[in-house]
Amino acid sequence: MSTPMSTHAVHPVHSSEPLLSVRDLRVTFGRRGEQPFKAVDGISFDVRPGQTVGLVGESGCGKSVTSLAIMGLLPTRGNTVEGSAVFDGEDLLRLSPGQMRDRRGREIAMIFQDPLSSLNPVVQIGRQVTEVMERHQGLSRKEAMPKAAELLERVGIPDPKARLVNYPHQLSGGMRQRALIAMALACKPRLLIADEPTTALDVTIQAQILALLKELVVETGTALVMITHDLGVVAGLCDEVNVLYGGRIVERGDRHTLFSRPRHPYTVGLLNSIPRLDAPRGEALSPIPGSVADNLPWDSACAFAPRCPNALDVCVQQTPEWEGDDVVGLRCFNPMGVSR
Amino acid sequence: MTPTPELPPERTTYAERRSQRIDALASASAAEEGGVSLIKSAWRRLRRNPVFLVGLAITVAFIALALVAPWLAPWDPAARPLLDDVRPQSNPVPGPEAGHPLGADDKGRDLLSRLLVGSQQTLLVGVLATFFGLLGGLVLGTLAGAVGGWIDSLVMRIVDVMLSIPSLLLAFTLAALATRPSQWTLIIAIATVQVPIFARLLRGSMLAQRASDHVLAARSLGVKQRAIVFRHMLPNALGPVIVQATLVLAVAIIDAAALSFLGLGNPDDRRPEWGQMLGKAQPFLGEAPHLAFYPAACIIVVALGFTLMGESLREALDPKTRR
Ligand SMILES: Nc1ncnc2c1ncn2[C@@H]1O[C@H](COP(=O)(O)OP(=O)(O)OP(=O)(O)O)[C@@H](O)[C@H]1O
Ligand code: SF4
Ligand SMILES: [Mg+2]
Repeated sequence: MSTPMSTHAVHPVHSSEPLLSVRDLRVTFGRRGEQPFKAVDGISFDVRPGQTVGLVGESGCGKSVTSLAIMGLLPTRGNTVEGSAVFDGEDLLRLSPGQMRDRRGREIAMIFQDPLSSLNPVVQIGRQVTEVMERHQGLSRKEAMPKAAELLERVGIPDPKARLVNYPHQLSGGMRQRALIAMALACKPRLLIADEPTTALDVTIQAQILALLKELVVETGTALVMITHDLGVVAGLCDEVNVLYGGRIVERGDRHTLFSRPRHPYTVGLLNSIPRLDAPRGEALSPIPGSVADNLPWDSACAFAPRCPNALDVCVQQTPEWEGDDVVGLRCFNPMGVSR
Repeated sequence: MTPTPELPPERTTYAERRSQRIDALASASAAEEGGVSLIKSAWRRLRRNPVFLVGLAITVAFIALALVAPWLAPWDPAARPLLDDVRPQSNPVPGPEAGHPLGADDKGRDLLSRLLVGSQQTLLVGVLATFFGLLGGLVLGTLAGAVGGWIDSLVMRIVDVMLSIPSLLLAFTLAALATRPSQWTLIIAIATVQVPIFARLLRGSMLAQRASDHVLAARSLGVKQRAIVFRHMLPNALGPVIVQATLVLAVAIIDAAALSFLGLGNPDDRRPEWGQMLGKAQPFLGEAPHLAFYPAACIIVVALGFTLMGESLREALDPKTRR
């Protein structure tokens, strides 16, 4: 697959067919007899080839569960998944475990938050990188090893040949995440889901890893779903941004509009809690008051109402419906920039 | 990720207490650091732990002694050089004399040589019983932990039933079922008793592995189930099994001695074994208590060595006692 640089512009070409189309995804935890918990409560979004889409929200809003559901990696018991996730014409949620296994690593790959615990501590890096090529490309380990070295070189690991025989604990945190990126991209998947890939890293390393990811998705034309709680990460990387709250998408837009004219009070709150270099000295950050523990159920209210500065009476009586489409939209009775 | 097992409450059944000890060890493998550095950091603490060092010294000395015993022993353990000194009425057990520092047994065989060579049998029985117990537990535990579902339920039901019977009692029963007791029936009886311990332990650490990040990451790359189990889960789940194996060795040696003492082991006393020697010393406890004392002391010291080593290993790996 080669996507020319020009299609990966700030405003992606919306006319192309979506590569991944998630519709009304719902994940409910809890066995029979228990109070069910809706971790993901009707999420829909599209990812087009070569596009980078952000899923942003606080801890516990359902970002990881969304990605695991799409990947077919949720535990086999104790949850129900509803809705659809159509990838390349097939609904991933209806595939058999074996069919899904054939697609993971080859068509869709994922990288995780903690690079140390995501690597097998007792297997050498080289073998861990070749494993995915042996699995999907039918290569022998001998054939795959030189390719593994090339891959490690490509993701910026110095002296890659020597690293092949290292164990994970012998690498630095940044190197480990680079190795995991190499593994995820080894078979040139068309979609990469990155679940907070920089959260566990030092700030300087974070920037390097983000730059690498950006470079690689442009180079290979891989579509990227970037999951983060950090709007700063989104600002540098994503074409389209989805803001999640309590298992639902509350605002969507391209990153420029979202950053310059945020409309949902929660998006505004997130933006105000980013440290800014140009902020006047001494001005305190304003984190969003309260916590997700205060959430109301979406069924009969706006979940964000107890923490919302704009809340109206209607917000605790009715569910705000999604107004918009798969490119831009909002779920709010009293958005910012509208007279109160 | 892994729930730390609760401290055992005051009133628990025997089976629950055993299960809790096993589960605590299993959870050690899932501790944040991962296998290699886990053992490394445990070793750093152990190196300065006198309890562990004493246990290690005893264990190493015992194994070394057992290996070279045939060359070290001054006499053939089956030969009867002091037969002429045995007087069934006045002097049934000849005492020490030149060339026989510990004297002889009731058949005129050199006691020191028999003790030395006896260490071999003790080690052999202990190691083989532990090995077979480990093997059985490995198969059952891997099956239960990796496959799950009704296989898991079935295996664990059997394991819990076996764990609820005191191990020596169970081993005794199994050994007594054999029509012709031999060294092998002894080994099999003791091995069988260890199977549920290893099975439960391995299942616990396999389950912890199944929920681990690196297994999730491997699954996210489409790695096949078999490779997940044998490359990504099993090697990382083995850490606590190694610790348990040293503890089981201690138990196996004591149990083997106990069963031989009761005549459930090798009946042929030309190949000495400490428990058997202890059993045969019974009629002479009054006149020659040393005949019982020496093999008993050997058993106690060796079992102590393994226990000290195993317990301090367990402690070093237990997330609850780690700072
Ligand atoms: N296996 C599970 N069983 C029950 N509840 C779960 C399970 N996995 C996740 N949850 C719940 O689902 C909710 C969403 O979790 P999720 O991991 O998706 O959050 P997140 O947005 O990724 O947060 P973070 O930023 O902390 O990673 C949480 O409240 C969590 O407690
Ligand atoms: S719907 Fe109401 S409570 Fe919810 S975000 Fe909008 S204004 Fe705030
Ligand atoms: Mg998460």
